[in-house]
Amino acid sequence: MIAEGKKLRTELALITEWIKPNSHVLDLGCGDGTLLLHLKETRQTTGYGVEIDHHEIVQCIESGINVIQANLNHGLEDFKEDTFDYVIMTLALQAIERPDILLRDMLRIGREVIVTFPNFGHWAARMHLLAGRMPISRALPNEWYNTANIHLCSMKDFEHLCAQLDVKILQCAAVDTAHRSTPAMKRFPNLMGEVAVYRLQK
Amino acid sequence: MSKNFPADSVGVVKPTVQHFTDPLMLDCGRALAEYDLIYETYGKLNEQRSNAILICHALSGDHHAAGFHSEEDKKPGWWDSAIGPNKPIDTNQFFVVCLNNLGGCKGSTGPVSINPLTGKLYGPTFPIVTVRDWVESQARLADTLGISKWAAVIGGSLGGMQTLQWTLQYPERVSHALVIAAAPRLSAQNIAFNEVARQAILSDPEFYKGRYYEHNTVPRRGLMLARMIGHITYLSDEAMRAKFGRELKEGKLNFGFDEAEFQVESYLHYQGRSFVGRFDANTYLLMTKALDYFDPAREFNHDLVKTLANVQAKFMVISFTSDWRFSPERSREIVQALLRNRKSVNYAEINANQGHDAFLMPIPDYMAIFHAYMQQVAKEVNV
Repeated sequence: MIAEGKKLRTELALITEWIKPNSHVLDLGCGDGTLLLHLKETRQTTGYGVEIDHHEIVQCIESGINVIQANLNHGLEDFKEDTFDYVIMTLALQAIERPDILLRDMLRIGREVIVTFPNFGHWAARMHLLAGRMPISRALPNEWYNTANIHLCSMKDFEHLCAQLDVKILQCAAVDTAHRSTPAMKRFPNLMGEVAVYRLQK
Repeated sequence: MSKNFPADSVGVVKPTVQHFTDPLMLDCGRALAEYDLIYETYGKLNEQRSNAILICHALSGDHHAAGFHSEEDKKPGWWDSAIGPNKPIDTNQFFVVCLNNLGGCKGSTGPVSINPLTGKLYGPTFPIVTVRDWVESQARLADTLGISKWAAVIGGSLGGMQTLQWTLQYPERVSHALVIAAAPRLSAQNIAFNEVARQAILSDPEFYKGRYYEHNTVPRRGLMLARMIGHITYLSDEAMRAKFGRELKEGKLNFGFDEAEFQVESYLHYQGRSFVGRFDANTYLLMTKALDYFDPAREFNHDLVKTLANVQAKFMVISFTSDWRFSPERSREIVQALLRNRKSVNYAEINANQGHDAFLMPIPDYMAIFHAYMQQVAKEVNV
């Protein structure tokens, strides 16, 4: 999946803190395998990445990361129930055709799910909408007509979906695009957070 | 190396024949008391004997996978696109072995060999061999070459099935398995196409129940038809359209049945005719049976997950989007079973419109994946 904006290493650090050592991990939209490589080195994890882009797959192989070429919009039927300790998807949820169905599928195959997405409730996005335009920001750099982000949501929207799907939110953080968290983001995450990070369980 | 050959060619190569006298028990219950295997090698075996690669050939392939047989030879081996200096299977790094399988017609013991017990050609009496039998014979060749473990076993199509069989039969002897454009078993449709090909040969009046050699003839029409059917399944609809469309050979309709009128007919006739000159009909029958019978999961109650539970090799599975003979879904069955066993596996689905034949072609995306993976293999065996 195409994630707009740059994934920075600090985001990986945040997710890494949540991962228990020796876990079996699936990273959906794993890109060049940076996160999995980091987890493998720092948390001794095993697992696979799923990626659609040919060039990213070549890079995964070059890094020694196991990668499966697949389109996330076609579901996760190759994977069995409760196979993974964590199913991770960073900055891709908003580009999925049916995020609700994929989220349920992720929870089927993983004991825990970690997702990150650009928060559409961020104050800058709200300012753009108040001015009558679709938001363009560091987290959402493309125009409405050429963006891969077809299902944008705010943190409130996402939590509403979780409630509907009966999904438990274990942990949540709001960060900026450099994935730092400030006190303001902690107090008003849906207003101040540019990127939302959630840890979920069914 | 000759200046006539490209720099990334292995150049002139010479096959070797290895004679075996240990009887080989076959799946069919019969045994081969003695037999020959013809093979070629490219590159150098390192001191630790850790850089050996086995190439398994497909239906009509043989031991001549790369390079040329003489300075004048115009046509390189069948997988020259992937084997050679700086190619994905880099002969500067690896010692590559490719043999003609038992039942073949290119120098390994098969229907056109003399049966030592009768002093006559085997012909139709050559036993039906299976993929398991082939792997057994390949393992014996590995023994004679002093190779206890392959850095990688690599094969496309029927060659991919042998690769998969290696990981089941000798899990400790395969570090990496590259299974390309293959399937864990044939579908009913695959078997149906094979049966039409076989019937074409068997019903040719020149077949003489497989004893055509004694009548100084070959079932030319039957073998030609079999190859034509095969070729239709190797190409995609899209590739055929791009290659031939509805082009007419003479630019006009001839309102008759005598000649090939459309370019695609002409192509199939050519492929069929040239095959007759270089392939044996009894071998063709044997190879299609080996394909049909391959089904390692049969012993595991048709559960592929259980079948692959003990493999030790790391897998790279590759399929091609327009391959309808062994479609990507068939490769994904293998991948799925490996994932469920938590085995090391990579999977790439190459965007290609060439159909099944794509696995033999130097498609850039395919070569890039192949190259990247083989470099990982090289790193592991320290070459």
